[in-house]
Amino acid sequence: MSETMSNTTQPIVRMQQLNKHFGSLHVLNDIDLTIVPGEVVVIIGASGSGKSTLIRCINGLEEFQSGSLVVDSNELLPHGKSTQALQTIRTEVGMVFQQFNLFPHLSVIDNVTLAPMKVRGLSRDDAVSNAKRLLDRVGIADQADKYPSQLSGGQQQRVALARALAMEPRLMLFDEPTSALDPEMIGEVLDAMRELAKEGMTMVIVTHEMGFAREVADRVIFIHKGEITEQGHPEKLFDSPQHERTQSFLARVLKH
Amino acid sequence: MDVNFQFDWSAAFGSIPYLLPGIPWTLLISFGGLAIGFFIGIFFGLLRISRLRWLRWPAIVYVEVFRGTPILVQVLFIFYGLPQLLGSPINALVAGIAAIAVNSGAYISEIVRGGVQSIERGQGEASLSLGLSRTQAFRYVIWPQAFRRMIPPLGNQGIISIKDTSLFSVIGVGELVRQGQIYIATTFTALEVYFMVALMYLAITWTLSIILRQLEIRGLAGQ
Repeated sequence: MSETMSNTTQPIVRMQQLNKHFGSLHVLNDIDLTIVPGEVVVIIGASGSGKSTLIRCINGLEEFQSGSLVVDSNELLPHGKSTQALQTIRTEVGMVFQQFNLFPHLSVIDNVTLAPMKVRGLSRDDAVSNAKRLLDRVGIADQADKYPSQLSGGQQQRVALARALAMEPRLMLFDEPTSALDPEMIGEVLDAMRELAKEGMTMVIVTHEMGFAREVADRVIFIHKGEITEQGHPEKLFDSPQHERTQSFLARVLKH
Repeated sequence: MDVNFQFDWSAAFGSIPYLLPGIPWTLLISFGGLAIGFFIGIFFGLLRISRLRWLRWPAIVYVEVFRGTPILVQVLFIFYGLPQLLGSPINALVAGIAAIAVNSGAYISEIVRGGVQSIERGQGEASLSLGLSRTQAFRYVIWPQAFRRMIPPLGNQGIISIKDTSLFSVIGVGELVRQGQIYIATTFTALEVYFMVALMYLAITWTLSIILRQLEIRGLAGQ
């Protein structure tokens, strides 16, 4: 899909000195972050630390005030002043939200085919067969004609994943994908994400599921008060965190 | 005056043939005005939620003016006032339809604004994250959901506007109340005739209520 001659060593996300303020609140403070194709990055941190805001900057759902951000060779400018690049980035970057955000007035299959038909210009037949293949892959092929409200939370989130994948993204963002789910449904969503990681998808995941992070992440990033405090391989970061804040955060979340 | 006045059913039923011709006029003014008001409402409702301030303020002024003045004054202004400005008389039917249109348009634009703003932020974000443009997100995701939520308040406005047309008897358009007044002028049976007039309004509004309830049920079935 990509029109650029990107080789594999070229980063898919390059964030340099990124700053974001909400009024007087400094939400992101000089963030430097480079992600290469195929990498699975998990971002952890306390609520309000800025981790969701960080990934929402990558597809322009949040504007930033200064710094530079290049996603898949498209440069995003501060203050949201890059409409064309933004449009391109959003077709290449998929996102799964905490609240699923499925379209309640559309059936499952129409949720998945909408963007490929309207943005990629696929015919209905192509979009539908593609959508069915994706729904089958996340284990809900038999629910295609139902409406979102007729599905469980876990099923809805898997539809949301299929919907994002239907655009054949080069990068997937996950914003606390299991935080709104009942405990018994978390596993099915994590399974689908695990499959995706195995297939080589580049993923940036904000989550509180530390076991999952340890298992699938190539790199774990700990954010505290809008700054990257520490990052590294999951085993290193979880087993021997260097920074005191990382230690106290992990002590709190790993206790139960 | 006779305190033992009896309700004269034959006078009531006798008035029906004289009242019935008023119904098409009432319906024509109501639905003609509402159809135009619907587009006025969508237009100003969408302006009202624009991200551009200079597009928002004309909508605010429109709503404040036409919601803040009585519809009776509006129709008198259009029928008696505007001709002085234009130099030619305005047909009473046209004046009635115009009054319903500009008046309901103000309320409908608030209904449109409320409907669109009631859609969760995440719906727009999910659309944009899939690569849809703002226009596509509005057309395929936001508007269909907003419109469903608008049906009950739109029905409410429709019923209010139908009843508002009764005021237009003052400009001599031959709707239900006007027909009743003409009939009463010769028979002096105000009690029976206004009773029948009320029943006819009820028949119209009740029918509309039933249709709207069906629409709502069908609209929600998909969710």
